[in-house]
Amino acid sequence: MEKGKGVMGSGRRWAVDFTDNSTAPSSRDIPDPPGFTRASIDQDDSALSKQKKDAEANWKSQKAWEVAQAPFKNLMMMGFMMWMAGSTVHLFSIGITFSALWQPISALQGVGKVFEPYKDSKVELLGPKLLFIALNLGGLALGVWKLNTLGLLPTHASDWVSSLPPAQEVEYSGGGIPLH
Amino acid sequence: MAAAVRFFILLLLFLSSLNPILSLYEDQVGLVDWHQQYIGKVKHAVFHTQKTGRKRVVVSTEENVVASLDLRHGEIFWRHVLGTKDAIDGIDIALGKYVITLSSGGSILRAWNLPDGQMVWESSLQGPKDSKTLLLVEKSSKVDKDNMVIVLGRGCLHGVSSVDGEILWKKEFDTQSLKIQQVIQPPGSDFIYVVGFSSSSLFEVYQINAKNGEELQHETAAFTGDFSQELSLVSSETLVALDAARSSLVTISLQSGKISFQQAYISHLVEGSSGPAVMLPSPVTGIFAVKINAVTVFIKVTGEGKLEVVDKTEHTTIISDALPFTEGQQAFALVQHEGNKIHLIMKLADNWGSDLLKETIEMDQQRGLVHKVFVNNYIRTDRSHGFRVLVVMEDHSLLLLQQGAVVWSREESLASIVDITTSELPLEKQGVSVAKVEHNLFEWLKGHWLKLKGTLMLASPEDVAAIQKIRLKSSEKSKMTRDHNGFRKLLIVLTRAGKLFALHTGDGRIVWSLLLPLLRYSENCQHPMGVNLYQWQVPHHHAMDENPSVLVVGKCGQSSDALGVLSFVDTYTGKVLRSFGLDHSVAQVVPLPSTDSTEQRLHLIIDADKHAHLYPKTPEAVGIFQSELSNIYGYSIEADNGIIKGHALKSKCVGKEADEYCFGTRELWSVVFPSESEKIIATVTRRPNEVVHTQAKVIVDQDVMYKYISRNLLFVATVAPKASGEIGSATPEESWLIVYLIDTVTGRILHRMSHHGSQGPVHAVFSENWVVYHYFNLRAHRYEMSVIEIYDQSRAENKDVWKLVLGKHNLTSPISSYSRPEVVTKSQSYFFTHSVKAMAVTLTAKGITSKQLLIGTIGDQVLALDKRFLDPRRTVNPTQAEKEEGIIPLTDSLPIIPQSYVTHALKVEGLRGIITVPAKLESTTLVFAHGVDLFFTQLAPSRTYDSLTEDFSYALLLLTIIALVAAIFVTWVLSERKDLQEKWR
Repeated sequence: MEKGKGVMGSGRRWAVDFTDNSTAPSSRDIPDPPGFTRASIDQDDSALSKQKKDAEANWKSQKAWEVAQAPFKNLMMMGFMMWMAGSTVHLFSIGITFSALWQPISALQGVGKVFEPYKDSKVELLGPKLLFIALNLGGLALGVWKLNTLGLLPTHASDWVSSLPPAQEVEYSGGGIPLH
Repeated sequence: MAAAVRFFILLLLFLSSLNPILSLYEDQVGLVDWHQQYIGKVKHAVFHTQKTGRKRVVVSTEENVVASLDLRHGEIFWRHVLGTKDAIDGIDIALGKYVITLSSGGSILRAWNLPDGQMVWESSLQGPKDSKTLLLVEKSSKVDKDNMVIVLGRGCLHGVSSVDGEILWKKEFDTQSLKIQQVIQPPGSDFIYVVGFSSSSLFEVYQINAKNGEELQHETAAFTGDFSQELSLVSSETLVALDAARSSLVTISLQSGKISFQQAYISHLVEGSSGPAVMLPSPVTGIFAVKINAVTVFIKVTGEGKLEVVDKTEHTTIISDALPFTEGQQAFALVQHEGNKIHLIMKLADNWGSDLLKETIEMDQQRGLVHKVFVNNYIRTDRSHGFRVLVVMEDHSLLLLQQGAVVWSREESLASIVDITTSELPLEKQGVSVAKVEHNLFEWLKGHWLKLKGTLMLASPEDVAAIQKIRLKSSEKSKMTRDHNGFRKLLIVLTRAGKLFALHTGDGRIVWSLLLPLLRYSENCQHPMGVNLYQWQVPHHHAMDENPSVLVVGKCGQSSDALGVLSFVDTYTGKVLRSFGLDHSVAQVVPLPSTDSTEQRLHLIIDADKHAHLYPKTPEAVGIFQSELSNIYGYSIEADNGIIKGHALKSKCVGKEADEYCFGTRELWSVVFPSESEKIIATVTRRPNEVVHTQAKVIVDQDVMYKYISRNLLFVATVAPKASGEIGSATPEESWLIVYLIDTVTGRILHRMSHHGSQGPVHAVFSENWVVYHYFNLRAHRYEMSVIEIYDQSRAENKDVWKLVLGKHNLTSPISSYSRPEVVTKSQSYFFTHSVKAMAVTLTAKGITSKQLLIGTIGDQVLALDKRFLDPRRTVNPTQAEKEEGIIPLTDSLPIIPQSYVTHALKVEGLRGIITVPAKLESTTLVFAHGVDLFFTQLAPSRTYDSLTEDFSYALLLLTIIALVAAIFVTWVLSERKDLQEKWR
């Protein structure tokens, strides 16, 4: 494998693209030769391709479910890391906590992208997507919970009153020992 | 992961190496602090010029300082500050090498080594009663002879050996009522005369053997009239006294112990003179001076007691002491004022007509009149005589005049500061020239290059010296403009002499000084004295074109009903804006929280009759005041009667008509301490300008306690009357100390606590919601410090987070003392090693920075002690959470960390007070300690967390950035090249 890759990488002088672009008629500049009808070929292979497509859809949905479940492993890993980090505020625990918060958020932002390759008219992606979102939300919750145990969330009365200025006094009094 | 752990461990190591350092390095001394040494107003001066190499003068002062000064520059060679109760009565030089001082009302005699000021011996002189004190050092021509010091003190005459201080003899006088006026030793004789009055008309003379104190002769003579007890020694056997009516002079001659009187009327001697006469000290043998009204008359005593007027002058004249001039001759100096010039006239005793010297010297108007003159002569290179004159001025300054010019001067007024306030400096005006900037840039780069060399240990010794010089002579710190951090300010200082100074906080130099005209002697105001300073006007809106001003409050005399005087002084120019005498007395000055439209602060002056007078006297001020009248209260502490009274204001004065600026008071409440068991010894309130950041204190587990923060709290300490004296004068059973926290609006006692077996003196400091006080525990035989913290229990219920989030709470709504909030207090006591002279607390601009107590120790140093050590929540074994909060395990005594002395190696001799002023930079506070010396420094109780330190190397930072940028560029180029190669393959 290594060797082959090396050969391919370094020894390439020219290349021929064998990709068949023919299925997309709009991309063609050259008209089809006379007597050649594209549709007849498709119809000929329709049974075969349908079978193939079904298999592909199956595979896609399977993969989608796998991807949807991936954050669970992450969640377990995070939980372990958090337990390791302890409950005092220092650089390590803050780093862990923020990565625990950031990962689910970035994952949630890219939900569409993650499931892009498995997009298919025949594949039902709602289920995996929901699972993915739920697991990531779980991760986020874990992060928030960690943030709270570190005391970084304003959930105590002290967090809200510690910067309150002293109340004004209505009365003013002055005096003392007579000057001498 | 591994990398993260490694990084974390490294970071921990780095953080643990960052212990808070409160002390400073040796080369940081003098960077932000300055120290000035003074001696006080000179009382006596004795010149020492026997050896030509050492030109010194030994002086004693009203601040109880003995000092030896350099006659060339006025620097202090050595100095000793005796205690405040150890007033110096006389000084002299014995044997040519000892300075003899008599102090404490003639009961302590000390000898100091003249060159270095080391104490040689000390003798304590006992006697039955207080009396006049006199110090007489035998002047003998023979050096090897044991010269005796003859001391009159506590009603007895003592003969003391000047070599070792041994009391050789002591003579008590039989007559109980004898008031000794003079002790005379005729030159070359072995006996001394002691003369005095035993009644108003009975004159007594004792002749005493100077060697052993034996009484040789005792004569008494009655005069037909009464004496005024004023006596002037004219020659060794002739005295002149004034009679009780102060209209005639009586010449008393003691021919071999026999007394004879001769009376002469002043009106006969001096034509056209009337009014009572005052004796002035006789300058030289044979001549004495009398002051009648404003006229000074010099009278010569010829043989057989005949009196002859030699001169009279209407100028204010000051006469110096006698100066042995040439063989058998005596000279003296006269100083006369004329406008802003003074005339210095030297005369010989037996030749009045001609002047040895006559000089006219221009004198600074701000120095006032000449108070004392001391003369000394020297031989010039051409063998003629020159004179040095040491002059003490009205403003306490000390000047040396020589050859018609002021050689040096010392502003000794600063040794007796009465009150201090601060003023901002002018704002920097626009338009700094480009050349100056470029020069500065070059200097800046050069300085930082040197610093960088220093940091990288590449600096040569010369470079190190240059770095130190740059740091010390930083022109930044002594600029006359406001700086961004608020380190540069003016300290406005009022001194006992009635002189106002503005000191620059950067280097301590005097920016301007002003002898306040209203605090000088005048017909209407006989004994004026400055009392207090207040910030009158602090412009914010028009800071560019308006100058701030201070209010100086003075009184005409000691009594409580003496009339007051007010002066308003511009703090930029040092000019008096307005000044006037008041028609009422000044018992209290209350600066009010409000200002008028020109930003003048409203002040209430409460007189002895409890009327309140409002200043400034403008209708606008009255309007502002009237609207707040119902919420303004006053209180007065009558320490002698043990009563604290609270007052409310009424809209009109009773018994005065048509004075709309006068307001009456009515008594609201009074707290009466039982006089048989309690005596008020100390009271303290919060500083009015203190800023508190928050009302909540977060404790373990995010719990909250609400501080009880009120400006109207008064801390009062009382002791048992028996124990109000010195420590040790009462047993622990009969002494107690009781402390109170009193609300001065309602008179409510919020807290009361007693310390049995303890006594004063009490020093206390009140800040935010806590009081710290220092006292003596008789049972433990140690000093103690206690802390009381006071919390508002009625707010403790505010714990619902949602209410707080939505702002549905009343924590910031104005509160009234009449709502009687429920309070809880916490307190704790600790032993403290030092006795304390003064105590203060650091103040910062926003009150966020943690506090430090500044303790003026008995050793005249200032110690900074973290407030964390005085926390009532300290326990012996704090829990983990408490440790995290920063609670220090409880110990029985407070630690004294040698590095936390703010004054490092210096002493602020005679320390009287410590003032703290917030800088604009939150972390920093400015500290000014004053006594006989002055000391100023900047302090950062939690270190300078909001700014880079002074020795931060900007050049290193710049270099690092440049190196990083270069590295980025180089690597970028390299990677580009590599990419290209990759692509070509």
